[in-house]
Amino acid sequence: MSTQSTSSSGGDFVSNLGRVYAIYTGGFIGFVVILAILEQMGVPNRVIGYLFVFFTLGVYALIGVMSRTMAVSEYYVAGRRVPAIYNGMATGADWMSAASFIGMAGSLYLLGYDGLAFVLGWTGGYVLVAILVAPFLRKFGAYTVPDFMSARFGGNFARFLAIIVLLCCSFTYVVAQIFGTGIIASRFLGMSFEVAVYVGLAGILVCSMLGGMRAVTWTQVAQYIVLIIAYLMPVVILSAQKYGLPLPQLTYGQALQDIARLEQGMIASGLAGTGLKEHVAPFTSYSPLNFFALILCLMVGTASLPHVLMRYFTTPSVREARVSVAWSLLFIFLLYFTAPAYAAFSKLEVYQNVIGQPLANLPAWIYTYGKLELVKVCGVNAIDPQAIMAACSKIANHAGMLRLPDLAINTDTIVISTPEIAGMPYVIAGLVAAGGLAAALSTADGLLLAIANALSHDVYYKMIDPNAPTQRRLVVARVLLVIVAVLAAFTASTRPADILAMVSWAFSLAAAGNFPALVLGVWWKRANTAGAIAGMIAGFGSCLFYLVVSRYYPALGVSAFGMTSLLNPITGAPVVDVVKALANPATADAVLASKVGWFNVNNISSALFGLPIGFGVMIIVSLLTPAPSREMQNFIDEIRKPRGETVLKEKTA
Amino acid sequence: MLTSQDEVYWTKTRKLMFVMLGLWVFFGFVVHFFVKTLNTIVIFGFPLGFYMAAQGSLIAFVVMLFWFARSQEKIDRECGVSEDE
Repeated sequence: MSTQSTSSSGGDFVSNLGRVYAIYTGGFIGFVVILAILEQMGVPNRVIGYLFVFFTLGVYALIGVMSRTMAVSEYYVAGRRVPAIYNGMATGADWMSAASFIGMAGSLYLLGYDGLAFVLGWTGGYVLVAILVAPFLRKFGAYTVPDFMSARFGGNFARFLAIIVLLCCSFTYVVAQIFGTGIIASRFLGMSFEVAVYVGLAGILVCSMLGGMRAVTWTQVAQYIVLIIAYLMPVVILSAQKYGLPLPQLTYGQALQDIARLEQGMIASGLAGTGLKEHVAPFTSYSPLNFFALILCLMVGTASLPHVLMRYFTTPSVREARVSVAWSLLFIFLLYFTAPAYAAFSKLEVYQNVIGQPLANLPAWIYTYGKLELVKVCGVNAIDPQAIMAACSKIANHAGMLRLPDLAINTDTIVISTPEIAGMPYVIAGLVAAGGLAAALSTADGLLLAIANALSHDVYYKMIDPNAPTQRRLVVARVLLVIVAVLAAFTASTRPADILAMVSWAFSLAAAGNFPALVLGVWWKRANTAGAIAGMIAGFGSCLFYLVVSRYYPALGVSAFGMTSLLNPITGAPVVDVVKALANPATADAVLASKVGWFNVNNISSALFGLPIGFGVMIIVSLLTPAPSREMQNFIDEIRKPRGETVLKEKTA
Repeated sequence: MLTSQDEVYWTKTRKLMFVMLGLWVFFGFVVHFFVKTLNTIVIFGFPLGFYMAAQGSLIAFVVMLFWFARSQEKIDRECGVSEDE
């Protein structure tokens, strides 16, 4: 009765997973040690950096090539043989992007408590994945999320809508990942950004093209191991150095106390200026409404993103799918509960050794990252002491001591600079680069596969040529994968301006477009085709409308749709003078962009409108139209029960 | 086709889902409504309100999910819809 497939090829590999990955982890640590020895022997930093990147890329490529397959179910769902704990690791790597690895700690540094909305939002969503969605999709036996929509909601129109949602969410996201690989490679290796983007592209293709989901799964496990070691190592060493205990997650409480003390000191001495936001004080950057709306949108978005959900199609059973969600969250948690420690240690370093120092006496790392255009002092890149002294002397009443408002640190700097600030050898910095690269590549792999599978399985096989032979389907899948990847790399190489903001939009779009149909599709038998289609269009449409109007056509939003200025969370005053901005139509849109909205809701949380509209429309339209057929109700009963074969039968011949 | 056993199964499953959803609302949102009050309590240097958002709720989510997987598995077995038998 079990759906577990214990068949032929790869069985040996799966039963030896523990040993394989233990050897791999040991090998990786050994490799780091060898590089550390090489560094002591005088091998230049740049060579160490290249060795790190090309060795890890080589290992991923090797796994990718070894996992090549010509079986449809291997290509799309890794043969549904991935044990819960390994699927958890793969999901962790799939989930944690370049932004989580490099940018999250920096956002926490800048936003303090309010930045924790991201930590909460990007973890709590897994509760929804486990209890509402993943086990049921696993029982259904889909290859893609649109597959489920089509089976539950009568055919190709629902499938088509789900594909649109998927493309909108995933494409900008994958562009951002390739952009991230470009940034990391150009910073650490001194490669040109454009070249680095195509190196990243090659790294992604070798992992995913030959083996589809199967290859991506096993490389993602390998990438998770690299990224988590790389993330924890610098901050663990730093904690041991400073507090004698290698548990940064505990010791940063002390740092928080020191930060609070230094904050009071800076206010008293006038170094803080007007811009000081206390690190642990809530609601200084987001109003309470926006803080909780952001948490909600990120959580619900997590439970709706196709590249996350499809990872749970690969487990051997429904039970393992549930356990796997728990493992996923544990592995993700390891990084997310460490990120605030990075932020606190960096802030302490800045408050102790940078702010209040004479300009001639700033620590060396300021200039290291100033040269990379990541640190600005008095409005100019901190290239050398002369440059910043010249810039600061132009500010009236500047006493030659660095004040808090003088310093601007790019959010990417926090994680990257920690090894150097703590005086660690370069090999640790190289390790961080390899970790960031692993995070970006693994997420890009998952996203690319989600997009290419939707195009090859849903559009080509299900909508264009349902009689296509297996061989041709797999060829089409690979060709589309390459095309999408090249397109994404090309887009990234043009350095699109809004790319990082667009990634956070993906959560709201996925939430409003997919969540009502997914949840009601499983939990409410009365939900029917007309309701789902209307709900998806209304939810996704309203969310997209709010995003586009408030970001790109804010002047129109104000004059035609009643939008008003967002409010400053501390003072409650409008952040922008709408009347004055509208007086000059030529610049109005630029001035107002993302600063107007309804009910003071930031556009990053636009699913706050899209979700209730999506649910409401879906429920009302469903109730106004006839109930689903007897067969459909039986279908729902079937996906609710773990026992039995998957509902969807695949013709593999 | 639904048997009465299946009805019992779904009732129990639904109840567990709502319990989880309630806990999720509590740790995801409700506890953070009181951040300012909680911040007056300091443990190991951590203001409690900050700690809950940075670690406490996260730990709760992880523990909840392992507990959920076990509880649901128990319901599956009791109602004879588990996969192994």
